[in-house]
Amino acid sequence: MSGRLRVNPIACEAHGMCAELLPERITLDEWGYPIVDGERLTPELIDHARRAARACPTFALLLEREEEGA
Amino acid sequence: MNVLLASAGPSAYWYLTRSTGAVALVLLTFAIALGVIDVRRLSSPRWPRFVVDSLHRNVSLLAMVFLVIHILTSVLDSYAPISLLDAFIPFAGSYRPFWLGLGAVAFDLLLAVTITSLLRQRMGFQTWRAIHWLTYASWPIALLHGLGTGSDVKSAWLLALSIACIAIVIAAVLARVIDGWPANLRLRGAALGGAAAFSLFLLLWLPGGPLGSEWARRSGTPASLLGHSHTTTTADGSRR
Amino acid sequence: MSAPPSLTTEAWSLQTPMAAALPRILAGIPDHGAMDLDSHTAVHGPLPPDHKRRRRVESPLIGRIERARLGGRGGAGFPTATKLRAVWSARPPARGRAIVVVNAAEGEPASLKDRTLCESLPHLVLDGGELAAQAVGADELIVCVCESASASIRAISAAIAERDRPGGARARVRLVAVPSHYVAGQESALVNHLNGGPAKPTFTPPMIFEQGVRRRPTLVNNAETLAHIALIARHGSDWFRQLGTPAQPGSALITLSGPVAHPGVYEIEHGASLPSLIEAAGGTTAGVRGALLGGYAGSWIGKELMHGLALSNEHLAAHGASLGAGVVLLLSEDACPVAETARVARWLASESTGQCGPCVNGLDALAHTVEEIASGMAASRATQRIARLSSLVRRRGACGHPDGAVNFILSAFETFAPDFQDHARHGRCEACVSAELPLPVRMRDTAAAHELARAS
Repeated sequence: MSGRLRVNPIACEAHGMCAELLPERITLDEWGYPIVDGERLTPELIDHARRAARACPTFALLLEREEEGA
Repeated sequence: MNVLLASAGPSAYWYLTRSTGAVALVLLTFAIALGVIDVRRLSSPRWPRFVVDSLHRNVSLLAMVFLVIHILTSVLDSYAPISLLDAFIPFAGSYRPFWLGLGAVAFDLLLAVTITSLLRQRMGFQTWRAIHWLTYASWPIALLHGLGTGSDVKSAWLLALSIACIAIVIAAVLARVIDGWPANLRLRGAALGGAAAFSLFLLLWLPGGPLGSEWARRSGTPASLLGHSHTTTTADGSRR
Repeated sequence: MSAPPSLTTEAWSLQTPMAAALPRILAGIPDHGAMDLDSHTAVHGPLPPDHKRRRRVESPLIGRIERARLGGRGGAGFPTATKLRAVWSARPPARGRAIVVVNAAEGEPASLKDRTLCESLPHLVLDGGELAAQAVGADELIVCVCESASASIRAISAAIAERDRPGGARARVRLVAVPSHYVAGQESALVNHLNGGPAKPTFTPPMIFEQGVRRRPTLVNNAETLAHIALIARHGSDWFRQLGTPAQPGSALITLSGPVAHPGVYEIEHGASLPSLIEAAGGTTAGVRGALLGGYAGSWIGKELMHGLALSNEHLAAHGASLGAGVVLLLSEDACPVAETARVARWLASESTGQCGPCVNGLDALAHTVEEIASGMAASRATQRIARLSSLVRRRGACGHPDGAVNFILSAFETFAPDFQDHARHGRCEACVSAELPLPVRMRDTAAAHELARAS
């Protein structure tokens, strides 16, 4: 089970919780908006990514699931 | 049998309902404070945003847990005639109907807030936020409920606690209203006006109300329970 | 060749060794007013009938459009047949029949072609819309026109009324005015507006072709694209491919402006040379520094490269450019490319819908930096700042607006590098005061001035 992260830039309001919870893949630009690495997530990061997506107050961070070997 | 039990003194439930009520109010106070800290995006390296946000959500849920225990114990307790329905439908009960009813109103509001927050993904943001603001209304209603129904109001610790909670909530409301001033001036003005009016009301009402004489009778305690010598704590802390 | 009479519409055959059959779209275009239904039928023939076909069978028109290799004329150049097919495939009965939206919003300030089509050749556009509706099984056709284009609104309304007769239009047709903002013509912004929301882009998924207007599969096509469909349906894909290049067949409408004798809308075949287009427009009236291709999301071509330039996307790609919405804007030597870039960059920043942080902040910071460079007050690392901001802004918005703005600015820096360096060091030049590139307020002034000239 794998996935990729994506930001809905319209919903995003630069709360920044995602970058706190997944610094391995998300950094904030100088205005506080997330720069998301869209590469496939490793198994170790999937749970953190899920948590980061759930923490977003505006549901702007999306975790798009991919089946392994799809 | 009931009369015997009543004359035997208040049960553990009665103590529980009073204490959990107080705790729920304190937790609700902190939930509001954390909510304002959250929406104002205040954070530090030791208190990152996700911690403030999680704390707000968890303290709120904990407040609801204590609220539910508070309600259940008040129903289970046989001293005061409170039914489960009284927790949802206000002003229909036989024990201090108005003041108890306020509790039901507060609970209904908080139920709406809790449910919409748990199902947040399924509704628009504006809708969710409008309902969430009901918290600001539920708090003073809950406080009035506590002051009106509570048997410990005259005690120093509860008064001190109430004053501390009021101060925290007023500070939170001020902090919230300042953020983004002067946009939506009408709404902000209304919030400030409401807070000021409520504070003034308390100042004027408390001395002659719950802190005054014979409040139990005046607030609608059933006659059968009046004059009953169950344990109370007076302002000087002595038991009678 | 007769003397060109007006600002907006001319058709010139640009001869190539292959059989030229221009004008096509602009055939029979009247000097004033709109071509009525009878004239339209006389010039192009009647609307091809819709042959009954089995419910799940794809319309043969889609295959014809595919063989014609028609690409969208709104700027993106997306293969039209693919789009039609996507909408056609997306219509499970439960979701309701599809809807076709004619995009004549034309928020690009330097483009006049869609306005020309709506004002003068509305039936060609409506034919194309109707044919597209048949092909995707739509029962509703919505024509979107810029709210300030009153002549277009009048002409389209009149044309719709003309077609409203027994045995006439099969789909319900209505006209909707949209705001004149730059981004309002973006597909999802248009659909958002039609759904009662603001004319601002939305996040996808869901994709428009699956869930668009009223959550139904929606086909959004540029007005010119539909005009080509109207002709392909009548004459076939082989006819269409008799002009143009193998990779990009057919003709296209180009809005040529700047220091030429007769700026306006021209129909060319793909692959025609830029010099021949300029010649057809009466030649230049001043020295030219360069050409902006595609619009304000497009790229600059320096004057040295203009001579051998062929106007088709495959040729332009080698120079990092494309035809986009068919805009060719010449910049005269009297203008300052740095000042113009700063003006347009600031305008592009102001046209951000404000929905996405990277766009709002990034374009503002970019415009500010370009302005600083233009006035010689730039910090020492201003050029690096431009590069950094550009990479920070790309692909981080909900639509292509920030990407287009970055493209425009970076291409200006590259094409006019000496001018930019000069300004960074020495500040403003004498040409800085000129404001040549058309931006909305100025455009209205220009059009009004020409109206006056024509009337007198």
